[in-house]
Amino acid sequence: MKTSVFLGTLTAAGLAAGIASAATLDDVKARGELNCGVNTGLVGFAAPDANGNWSGFDVAVCKAVAAAVLGDGSKVKYVPTTGQTRFTALASGEVDMLARNSTWTFSRDTDLKLDFIGVNYYDGQGFMVRKDLGVSSAKELDGASICIQTGTTTELNLADYFKANNMSYQPIAIDSNAEGEQQYIAGACDAYTTDASGLAATRAAFADPDNHIILPEIISKEPLGPAVRHGDSEWGDIVRWTLNALIAAEEYGVTSANIEELSKGTQNPEINRLLGVEGDLGKMIGLDNDWGKRAILAGGNYGEIFAATIGESTPIGLARGLNAQWTQGGLLYAPPFR
Amino acid sequence: MTIASEPPKAGFRLSQLIYDTRYRSLTIQVIVFMLFMAGAAWLVDNTVRNLQVLGKDFNFGFLSNRAGYDIGQMLIPYTNDSTHGRALLVGLTNTLWISFLGCVAATVIGVFVGVLRLSRNWLIARLMTVYVEIFRNVPLLLWILVILAIFTETMPAPNAYKVAPDTGVAGQEMLFGMIAPTNRYTAIPAVEFANSLGAIATPLAPLSLNFLLIVAVLIGSVLVNRRLLARARRIQEATGVRPVTWWQSLLVLVVPTAAVLVALGFHLSVPELRGFNFAGGTNVSNSFVVLWLALSLYTGAFIAEIVRAGIMAISRGQTEAAFALGLRPRRTMSLVILPQALRVIVPPLISQFLNLTKNSSLAIAVGYMDLRGTLGGITLNQTGRELEAILLMMLIYLAISLTISGVMNVYNARVKLKER
Repeated sequence: MKTSVFLGTLTAAGLAAGIASAATLDDVKARGELNCGVNTGLVGFAAPDANGNWSGFDVAVCKAVAAAVLGDGSKVKYVPTTGQTRFTALASGEVDMLARNSTWTFSRDTDLKLDFIGVNYYDGQGFMVRKDLGVSSAKELDGASICIQTGTTTELNLADYFKANNMSYQPIAIDSNAEGEQQYIAGACDAYTTDASGLAATRAAFADPDNHIILPEIISKEPLGPAVRHGDSEWGDIVRWTLNALIAAEEYGVTSANIEELSKGTQNPEINRLLGVEGDLGKMIGLDNDWGKRAILAGGNYGEIFAATIGESTPIGLARGLNAQWTQGGLLYAPPFR
Repeated sequence: MTIASEPPKAGFRLSQLIYDTRYRSLTIQVIVFMLFMAGAAWLVDNTVRNLQVLGKDFNFGFLSNRAGYDIGQMLIPYTNDSTHGRALLVGLTNTLWISFLGCVAATVIGVFVGVLRLSRNWLIARLMTVYVEIFRNVPLLLWILVILAIFTETMPAPNAYKVAPDTGVAGQEMLFGMIAPTNRYTAIPAVEFANSLGAIATPLAPLSLNFLLIVAVLIGSVLVNRRLLARARRIQEATGVRPVTWWQSLLVLVVPTAAVLVALGFHLSVPELRGFNFAGGTNVSNSFVVLWLALSLYTGAFIAEIVRAGIMAISRGQTEAAFALGLRPRRTMSLVILPQALRVIVPPLISQFLNLTKNSSLAIAVGYMDLRGTLGGITLNQTGRELEAILLMMLIYLAISLTISGVMNVYNARVKLKER
């Protein structure tokens, strides 16, 4: 008798464990906090300051989503993930979304059961070397020892690039960006390879950034974007359109400075819909009509976030390049808010 | 008067399962077994359900897909065009290789230190105590990191060996003109043969016929030498005088092998700096040396204690008897004490070998590509097959451990006290 009750409890527990992660939006609302998977520490993209407050380009996406869903951009729990643990953390429900310099690829989107909801940074893989090495092109790296983070697409690109150029190299496997930095500084590798943006961020944190150069070759396409679990499209829509709202806001000239003014109503119906003055866009994704306004207020529009975290006025000093609006010759193109 | 001891005639009642001591333990065992099986079933069921929810299947097909990544250290041929299964094999051979070398070194260190710790020489005994206590009481991972830091921070970079074009002087001279320790690897000369007999292709790695020939000649020499020694012993037993054999042994052991080496055109290929790194020789990576050193020193400390315990388990009377027979201390140790101590030493030694093998998975800390690094690291990440990869890895470690344990048990059966 007691045994069967116990077994029944066990089965129920098994069932509960099985369906725990169906509606992410409800979970997040019930919890009152967004669990966001971020990098373990990459200055400019996601790094905690001395007080443990996270900031950065990827962190801003987490904040915008939290602001849209929960009404407060600070209600985010940042879960640092390595290249190895990030997708498992997402699949297991440990985090609700991932904003961690992750490349959108076919097999990750399909076989790994993730949904990449867009691209927040168009990147490519590059190499960083010491200036006194006298190397000016990646083609001169034949025979070099190269530090590389395991579990990343860069690992595969590197193998392909060296094979295509008929060169050899010695891979030095490292686990995180911090370890790569240390090994590279100690001279255990001649070159460090990762996304060019990551290289710039890493170099900015060096004591002597001027003694290191990033080689001109970009050997791959690395569209970096936030990802959610496959199978919960409602949640995916919220994250996708929050990112699009940030991008569209820049296109339409909505900034954190003029947003209060504009949300009183403008001549442009698209801005009105984005800010919830007109239409019912918020209801269509299960939120209220102010979601877009709150998302933009959390850290500014895409351009403001870029300028504040990784732009040319910051130590990282990345140019907009491919990440400019389509109207400025870049690739950023938000679908219409209609 | 009836006899009270007649057993009750009543049939079996259910309450007897609990109140009757004849059945009670069986009842408890059955219940515990059922609970255990239910727990296992729940785990499996939960896994299957969750995999379904995630839309993931369970198959090992990924092992035959192209791996696409490169591996730094390998004992068998591998390129990024090989399969994930091949990468697994590379990791497995690396694991076995470091475990084997680690076990050998740890045993040698352990036996020496264990014996020396019992030395009458105060300084040596205390030094050995210090070694054992500091290595045994600090986590292995810290030792690995400390030794790695020493290697990367104190050794010169490969380009320090570069010869300056204007002065013709190298920044750093190679040891004996052929060994170059650097902060990435130690470049040592490679063994090469001018004449090759070819190689046999096996699924794992091509087997050099030169190597096989040398091994065969060496084994032949050792066998002949054993016959020589046996003959000497017979003569000694018959006449009491042992014939001088050392020059014959030397001749038998050295000359045939040397002759084969000369015939094959044996020479050393000295490494030289080309571009970024040394080439032409063999580069023994620091991650390998660091891991090997740390594993050997750490496990050696434990083995030293086991050896000491084994020696102390042999009564003092044995030593005194050996001395009374006129045996010197060293021979007493090797002929009387250690053989008896072995039966105390071997069982815990097995556990230490198993520990070392499993601890080798800390290779991830230094980037040595063992089974954990290839199958459990890069393959797992690139394919997203967590469950399959981890299960497979557990299975492989289990198989390795059971094999070591089995082999050592056979050895234990051979050295244990024969009771007749």
